[in-house]
Amino acid sequence: MPTIEVRNIRNYVFSNLNMKVLDKELLVVLGPNGAGKTTLLNIIAGLVDYEGTILFDGIPVDKAPTNDRQIGYLFQNLALFPHLDVASNVGYSLKVRGKKKEEIAQEVDELLKLTKIEHLKRRYPKNLSGGEKQRVALARALATSPKVLLLDEPFNSLDSGMCNCLRREIRQIQREMGTTTVFVTHNLTDAEEMGDRIVVLNEGKIQQVTSKMFKDATDNDNRSQRFQDCLHCAIDCYCKRKEGDYESADSPACRM
Amino acid sequence: MEDMKIKSVLVGILPVIAFVIIWESIAQLNLVPKYIFPSFSAVMIEFYHLAVSGVLLDNLLSSLFRVLAGFLLGSAAGIVVGIGMGSKESVNKSFHPIFSLLYPIPVLGWAPLLMVWIGINELLPVALIFLCSFFPVLYNTITGIKGVDREVIKAARTLGASDGKILTTVVLPLAIPNIFTGLRLEAGMAWRVVIAAEMVAIPTGIGALMIRSESLLRMDVIIVCLMVLSVMCLAFERFFQFVERRITTGWR
Repeated sequence: MPTIEVRNIRNYVFSNLNMKVLDKELLVVLGPNGAGKTTLLNIIAGLVDYEGTILFDGIPVDKAPTNDRQIGYLFQNLALFPHLDVASNVGYSLKVRGKKKEEIAQEVDELLKLTKIEHLKRRYPKNLSGGEKQRVALARALATSPKVLLLDEPFNSLDSGMCNCLRREIRQIQREMGTTTVFVTHNLTDAEEMGDRIVVLNEGKIQQVTSKMFKDATDNDNRSQRFQDCLHCAIDCYCKRKEGDYESADSPACRM
Repeated sequence: MEDMKIKSVLVGILPVIAFVIIWESIAQLNLVPKYIFPSFSAVMIEFYHLAVSGVLLDNLLSSLFRVLAGFLLGSAAGIVVGIGMGSKESVNKSFHPIFSLLYPIPVLGWAPLLMVWIGINELLPVALIFLCSFFPVLYNTITGIKGVDREVIKAARTLGASDGKILTTVVLPLAIPNIFTGLRLEAGMAWRVVIAAEMVAIPTGIGALMIRSESLLRMDVIIVCLMVLSVMCLAFERFFQFVERRITTGWR
């Protein structure tokens, strides 16, 4: 699986964005609405125009169209095909690549089993719950055997119980497959529980990078609280600036 | 459940029965001469005579052929051009102005021009029905294609689909409800246009039979023709409704 390098990216959101996603890691991009999280994923996927370079394992992919980038993309609104049943949704990428029916059926069955939705095979998206749709979208994204997995706020519309369950499952699947993954969210719990590293993004700029090493180095009892305090502070300062409260935003805590 | 079905059928049929009874009663009162206002029973007897003699079927088949030819050609052209305009902005920008100017012209407004250009022959009603079908199907196809969720198209692209595959596997299937709305509405309209064309220019078909009957004061024959026309319009509309439901059952 590739290392992703984002080099000198400029477009309507970013002025000069540089970052790196390591091989097999799950990088969380955390930030408030409008920070540019989805745009970043769309740039990596080649779905929007940009200047600069995206490299997969050191090779520029800027000229490769989206359908050649070997990515799996879980959209925020899931974007399931409403006219196809679950099996056809999951097998779509295999079908457009010209695989044989038997192979498609076998691979689809495996993916449905992996995401625990074998029983939904013949249902249409309109007859699925939020969590079920999420699993179908994940299975569909994984069907491409992606080198890079892009997850755009996948737990937005789910209750907390379902979120916990899916977080664990996605993390487990990602580890098993070793897919380099970029996960964007505005939810601190998602970020903390899922990420190997966390990048805080505000107004198209990287404000902070927190690594697993930082988290492991802190005291176990205080780790979660300190980590959350740190992230809350970053977002709080950003909001104050947006509201025009420059005095608070320039306080020593915010500057730190 | 069975009772509910019977009730709903009765609710639909009762007004029709009431209408027929009132019609028959008024005609039997002889307030108006029977050749001007024939009774329902007289119309049914005439329907039987026209059917048995083959006059009705011959004229119906002439009209049906014209409708099918014009409608199929016009719809196919509307769908093909609509796909081009809906999926390529450059094509849309090129053709939109000219089609916007032509679309508001009533179909029968073309008749005098086409009579001279094409002549008074079988092609005239076919050309008129072509024009009648083309524009609405075109605009419904464009609306259907443009209405497809952009995120779904992006999703297909990330899954490895080329532009052609996206069009055939995602965009067109999702545009089907809109395309069928156009087809359904124009199926009925095509019959109205063929009747008008046959009345003014063509010596065969249901419209021609009606205009001949008018000169002979055969109101019963005219009413039979109107009934046949009504049934054909309804049958065409229902056919497309049925096909659309068969295609989109499950996901809509």
